[in-house]
Amino acid sequence: MKRRAVRKAKNAAFLSLSLVATMTGLACLGAILWTLLSHGLAAMSWRLFSQMTPPPGGQGGLLNAIYGSAVMTLFGILIGSPIGVLAGTYLAEYGRSSRLSTVIRFINDVLLSAPSIIIGLFVYEIVVVHMGHFSALAGCLALAILAIPVTLRTTEDMLNLVPVGMKDSSAALGAYPWRTTISVLYPAARSGIVTGLLLAIARISGETAPLLFTALNNQFWSTKLNAPMANLPVVIFQFALSPYKDWQDLAWAGALIITLTILLLSISARVILAMLQAERGSGR
Amino acid sequence: MAIIDPRHAAKQLIYERIFRAATLAAALLVLLILGGVTVSLAGGAWPALRHFGFSFVSREIWNPVTDEYGALAPIYGTLVTSLIAMLLAVPTGFGIALFLTELCPPLLKRPIGVAVELLAAVPSIIFGIWGLFVLAPVLQRYVQPWLIAHIGALPLIGNLFKGPPFGIGILTAGVVLAIMVLPFIAATMRDVFDTVPPMLKESGYGLGATTWEVIWNVVVPHSRVGIVGGVMLGLGRALGETMAVTFVIGNAHRISSSLLAPGTTISSSIANEFTEAVGDLYTSSLIALGLLLFLITFTVIAAAQALLRRLERQGSAAI
Repeated sequence: MKRRAVRKAKNAAFLSLSLVATMTGLACLGAILWTLLSHGLAAMSWRLFSQMTPPPGGQGGLLNAIYGSAVMTLFGILIGSPIGVLAGTYLAEYGRSSRLSTVIRFINDVLLSAPSIIIGLFVYEIVVVHMGHFSALAGCLALAILAIPVTLRTTEDMLNLVPVGMKDSSAALGAYPWRTTISVLYPAARSGIVTGLLLAIARISGETAPLLFTALNNQFWSTKLNAPMANLPVVIFQFALSPYKDWQDLAWAGALIITLTILLLSISARVILAMLQAERGSGR
Repeated sequence: MAIIDPRHAAKQLIYERIFRAATLAAALLVLLILGGVTVSLAGGAWPALRHFGFSFVSREIWNPVTDEYGALAPIYGTLVTSLIAMLLAVPTGFGIALFLTELCPPLLKRPIGVAVELLAAVPSIIFGIWGLFVLAPVLQRYVQPWLIAHIGALPLIGNLFKGPPFGIGILTAGVVLAIMVLPFIAATMRDVFDTVPPMLKESGYGLGATTWEVIWNVVVPHSRVGIVGGVMLGLGRALGETMAVTFVIGNAHRISSSLLAPGTTISSSIANEFTEAVGDLYTSSLIALGLLLFLITFTVIAAAQALLRRLERQGSAAI
């Protein structure tokens, strides 16, 4: 009987520990969101969206940084996602189980979790060194390289989910694979591919390290792609580590904007996926 | 009956070839990126590696004034912060995965799972700013004095917890890293635990085992490979993480015996110094650091992927 009591106690102890672990994880998320909201909301004002980043000690907003982030994320996605989608199409439709595809899949998964600062160094070496100066274009390229693995992975997964019957019907009508892919597979996997795009946007819009030595930063309004451009993450980095109260407040406001945007994107991606699964489930 | 227009068919074939070539080119670009990263980093690092030789990785000195650079302190910082992160995050991640798969009421399973995944979506700079302004003061005021008073007095292990409580330093960086990699470890472990056939678990319960005994003796052995894969994936993240660490590590190029002292990591050295580096040797040394980081993380992530892949094949074979 004593043995049984010991076993039960051990059971209870470990299960409580797992509960504590879960609470810890949730508490971390809660603490981070709480800090962001309390500091960020206090610093929110219309000035953020109407004025440029200020010189030390002055007041100002984040307009140029928000614009820069939006532009670079947009171009990053515009360059990166078509490549990711096409490569995913190759893996799902043409390559499937060839040795080349296995290698590409493996390398892609490695790139997916490779440190982003390495990509920053790479783009610095191939673009910034040759151009002779930092530029928004280099930043876009770095973000595009980071967007490729995410879109590739989701595109391949989503194309694989399309029922084989649909592909076969199209082939039976005499359509070449490219026709089938564009007219049947892409529409069928549309919401899945969109989810991949949202996840990619969420991933690259918060990236800081690869922008540090590509786009750098710019205190002023600039729309030139071949000049340094302000962006939220690098502004947050510089302002948060500064001794000025005004700058730190702006950093918190920027952090709140970025986090809310990214959480919103991730949640919508999840909602789309859940709807997709529900549709599949009821279809059967 | 449709009549096939030969010109139309020929056109279709050309489109097919173009489309196929485009997808293949995009797929090959992925290989090209990896190759390009390796070549360009190696090329950029070459001047420093040639100048310092092997001593680049064995010396602690980092002096821009005399133009002498050694990577030992950043390597040490990277390894130690990642080790602390894994020590904290692996048991916690294991607990979360266990809770989600075995204990959690079905109604809460999805919300908690999503919350953990959202933690993974928070960008690293947010962890950095939070670590600097919230976590570091808490550690400085409450945790570190306790560690110094209680563990610092012990022989041997006490050396790790000596000196003033700075707040920022190796230990704080490790804690922030732990919070960052926690969702990756928890999510991978949860997915692996979910692949254990219910039949195996039910047999355990049928023999009268407690929940913990089923987990420890059935679920864990069955998902061993996946657990290791998940841990390595988390380790890969921790080793390469940049912004979160840069905020809280203190950026001091020296190796201290105390975990409470400031230090540096490979990625934070690059982030802090790259744009300010003057002189070719300085820049080249930083790129050489990047090359080292790339080699280390590539090995760890590749090993993790290989393990997880083996598991997937096993899983599909079992079904």
